[in-house]
Amino acid sequence: MSTEQRILIKGNEAVAFGAVDAGLRCYFGYPITPQNEIPEALSTLLPERGGQFVQAESEVAAVNMLLGAAACGVPSMTSSSGCGLSLMQEGISYMAGSHIPGVLVNMQRGGPGLGDIGPSQGDYFQAVKGGGHGDHRNLVLAPATAQECYDCMFRALALAFKYANPVLVLGDAIVGQIKEPVRRVPPADAVSEKTLAALAAPWRMEGYGKRGPDAQPRLLKSVYLAEGALAERNRLLAQKYAAMQAECAWECTDVEDATLVVVAFGSVARIARSTIRRLRAEGVRVGLFRPLTLFPFPAEALLALLPGRRFLVMEQNLGQMVEDVRLALFGQPGVTPATVQWHGIMPGLFVNADDLREPMLQALKEAF
Amino acid sequence: MPTQNLEEQLRPAAGEKLVFDTNPVLSERLTHYCPGCHHGIAHRLVGETLHELGVASRTILVASVGCATFTYDYFSVDGLEAPHGRACAVATGVRRARPEAVVFTYQGDGDMAAIGMAESLHAANRGEKITSIFINNTVYGMTGGQMAPTTLLGQKTTTTRDGRCMEREGGPIHLAEIMAGLDGVAFAARCALDSVQHVREAKKAMRTAFEVQIEGLGYGFLELLSGCPTNWHMDPVAASKRIAEAMIPVFPLGVFKNKRTEQSSQSGKVHHA
Repeated sequence: MSTEQRILIKGNEAVAFGAVDAGLRCYFGYPITPQNEIPEALSTLLPERGGQFVQAESEVAAVNMLLGAAACGVPSMTSSSGCGLSLMQEGISYMAGSHIPGVLVNMQRGGPGLGDIGPSQGDYFQAVKGGGHGDHRNLVLAPATAQECYDCMFRALALAFKYANPVLVLGDAIVGQIKEPVRRVPPADAVSEKTLAALAAPWRMEGYGKRGPDAQPRLLKSVYLAEGALAERNRLLAQKYAAMQAECAWECTDVEDATLVVVAFGSVARIARSTIRRLRAEGVRVGLFRPLTLFPFPAEALLALLPGRRFLVMEQNLGQMVEDVRLALFGQPGVTPATVQWHGIMPGLFVNADDLREPMLQALKEAF
Repeated sequence: MPTQNLEEQLRPAAGEKLVFDTNPVLSERLTHYCPGCHHGIAHRLVGETLHELGVASRTILVASVGCATFTYDYFSVDGLEAPHGRACAVATGVRRARPEAVVFTYQGDGDMAAIGMAESLHAANRGEKITSIFINNTVYGMTGGQMAPTTLLGQKTTTTRDGRCMEREGGPIHLAEIMAGLDGVAFAARCALDSVQHVREAKKAMRTAFEVQIEGLGYGFLELLSGCPTNWHMDPVAASKRIAEAMIPVFPLGVFKNKRTEQSSQSGKVHHA
C-alpha cells in the first residue's frame, strides 16, 4: 500500500488495524456498544496472523485473560465501554500491582449506570485517577480521530511494555463510530515487536526451561504481607508513576496570540477546533490546548501558556478534567477562579461546532 | 555426622539404594498451612506429577486466593497470581499466549465454586488446555471458617452457626459432576486425601488431569476432598475420618468423564480413579 493511499474505516476498526500492525497477539473482550467493531475486526485479523481471539464470558473474565496473556510478555489487549470498564477495575489494579503491561480501550458511553450508547467523557476520573482499588495509575491516551486511533495503538503497546503497566486508550462513541480516511502506515516512533519482546524478557511467564537449565522460577504477584514489603512495593510504584511524567504529550492550535485557550480532549476537542476556526475567521483570538495524554496530564505545558491567557475547559461530563487544569494553574501568580472556566456538555448529547460558539464567546466576556 | 552437610547425609551410601527422595518440583521450605491440613498432600501429588511427566520446566502455575494464595511459594515453576476466583480466566490468557506451556490452576472451593464459578465453567466449556486442581474442604479456610459453596447441609460454620440449611443457603455444589457435563472438559474426577488408598487414586487421577491438557484433549479437572482440622475444630485424625464418613457419602468419588478412555458418566457408570 502506498503511503498516500488511505482507507475509509471507523475509529473502532482503526484501533483493530493499529493494534495488529503494532504487533498485537492476543485479544480478549466482551461485546458492548459502541465498541463492537473492535472485537469483530480482530476476530478475523488476529487468527489470520496466528494470534488469539477469545470472546470472554464477561468483562471480568476478559480483563483477567488479558492479565494472563500480558504476564507472558505477549502484546495483548481488551476493549470495552463504560460499565464494562467498571467490571475490569479489579484486573487493572492487579496488573498495576504486579507490573503487567495490559492495553485497554474504553470507547466511552454515557453513564452512570447503564446510561446510553451516546458519547461521553464521564470515565475521565476512572481512567486518570486509577479506577480500581489501591494506589495505581494507568497511562491514558486520548485519540480524537480514526487516524489517531490507529497511531495510538502503537504507542499504547510500547508504553505498556516500557513501564510494565496498564495503558488505557480513552475514546468515546464519536471517536469509535466516526468513519474517516486512515493512512495505514506505522507511525515514525513505532517500536518493533522485537523491542517489546526484549522489554518483557526480564519478567515474562514462559516456563523456566526457556531460560536455561539452571534458571530460577519467576513469580508475578501483587500481594506483599511481610512488614514493610507493601510499603516498598508502593514506593516502587510511586517512582514509576513519577517517571511516567516524561510521556506527557499535547497539541496546541492557534494559541500564540490567543487570549482564551480552550482545553479539551477527544471528540470534544475536534468539535471545539471547528468552532475556533470559525471564530478565528471573525478575528476572535481563541486557541486550543489538547492533551494527548490524560495521565500524565501535561500540566507544565499548560502552565507555559498562562501569561496573558485565560482558559475554558470543555468536556462531556459534569466537570472532571477541569480539576486537573485547576491543579496545574491554581496557586500561580495572577491566577484567580475566573482564570479557569468550565463548560460541560451533558453525557449522551451530540453537539456540533455551533453549540460551542456561545460558550466560548461567553467565556471571553467573563474572563476579562 | 557433624562434618557432613545435609546433602551428603541424605545421599545413599555405597551399597544402598535410593527408595524415596525429595521432589525437585516442590520448594524445600516450610509451608504456612496448619498442622493436619491436606494442602501438603495435594501439593506433593502435583509436584510428583509434574516431575514424572517431565514438564515442570515449561509449567506455569496460576495461583488463586484463599489458603492457596501462596501456592507459588511451594512449587519451583513460573507462577503468577490471579484475583479471587479468576484463576481459570488468567490461565486461559496464559495458555493462549503460550500454547507450548503446561498451565494449571490450584483453587479452593470458595475461589472456584463461589466467586469464580463463571470463569471456571466457561474456561472448562471452551475446552481450554489447562488443568484445575480443586480443593474441596467444605469451608473458607483463610478467612476463618465461613460457609463455602460446598459446605455440607447441617455443617456449622462461622456464618451458619446452626448449620447450613437447604431452605436458607441451598445445598453443597457438586463441581466435578457439573464439569463432566460440559463439552470442553476432557477429564473430571473427584478423589479424596483421607487415606493411603485414596491418595494413591488421587495421584493416578492427577496424572490424567494433566495428560489430557498435554495431549490437547481439553480441560482437566480434579476435585480433592481435603481436611481442614483448624476450621472443622478437629484433630487431623478426626478430620480424615470426617472425609470418609460425612463427605464421601455426599460427594461420591470417581471419574465422571475421561476423554482418554471414552468413559463417561453419561453411560450411567461411575468409575473409580
